[in-house]
Amino acid sequence: MKIGVVVFPGSNCDHDCQHISQDVLGQYVEMIWHKETLLAGLDAIVLPGGFSYGDYLRTGAIARFSPVMGAVKEFAKKGGMVLGICNGFQILLEAGLLPGAMLRNRSLHFICKDVYVKVENAATAFSGSCESGQVLKIPIAHADGNYYTDPVTLAAMQANAQIVLRYCTPEGKVTPEANPNGSLDNIAGIINAEGNVLGMMPHPERCAEDVLGNEDGRLIFLSMLESLKGNKKQIKMVGA
Amino acid sequence: MKAKIHVTLKSGILDPQGKAIEHALDSLGFKNAGNVRVGKYMEVDVNETDKVKAEAQVKQMCEKLLANTIVEEYRYELQ
Repeated sequence: MKIGVVVFPGSNCDHDCQHISQDVLGQYVEMIWHKETLLAGLDAIVLPGGFSYGDYLRTGAIARFSPVMGAVKEFAKKGGMVLGICNGFQILLEAGLLPGAMLRNRSLHFICKDVYVKVENAATAFSGSCESGQVLKIPIAHADGNYYTDPVTLAAMQANAQIVLRYCTPEGKVTPEANPNGSLDNIAGIINAEGNVLGMMPHPERCAEDVLGNEDGRLIFLSMLESLKGNKKQIKMVGA
Repeated sequence: MKAKIHVTLKSGILDPQGKAIEHALDSLGFKNAGNVRVGKYMEVDVNETDKVKAEAQVKQMCEKLLANTIVEEYRYELQ
């Protein structure tokens, strides 16, 4: 599989994404500078975490106008898989590839710690290797991860099972106390209605190999590979 | 012309910075201060003498980049 990792000025998780895809999972990886306007022969694109354009104005607000984003939108429109992690998620929101917006964390703090997220929909291209309801331990590292959208959009996403990951306790209970940043409905990751663009605040690339003491994040990348191979799992009901 | 642009979170959207400042004001004894909202202020020189055209451009700037209208609102004045 050929995975493209986009590099914006200020991306800082790009090499982690490359390492996991290439060295841990043995896939071909191409680093894509944000000035590129053509994306050819790629199976999936990752928008990595970091501080693109220094987070000036708003997170992701300037990166969304990078030349490469036109090609990313085109890729997504044709059904290509796009994974946005942290700042990548923020860019997808600003670009309108996913609904909603990010607000400053409720606590105003930059939060860098392991959190638990519940896989609410294990029937997506990004979560197919997980069990429905499985709890993953993945670190977050952000100041603007307080997801917001209007009530109509939220209801549509809930009805459509587009909320893929929600902050929870280690036991899998979705509670206000388990919500690190004030995110609406404990949202940690969402997918578009078409099912090919996922944004998530936790960093799966930071916990995807044994030597790091946690491999939960590997499941996100494995799901993508399995999906690209066509091994789609049967759709399971959330919470079943 | 110079555009003076204010961007703030929409009313109804929680403003954590505003809340923190409100608490600070309260603890300093400003008991009558409330509903603090924090925003951004930007000045932009627009090379355009026609006020209507300049205004149309500034509006576009706000809609496209300067404000995220899902959570923010903007207002501006032109001089």
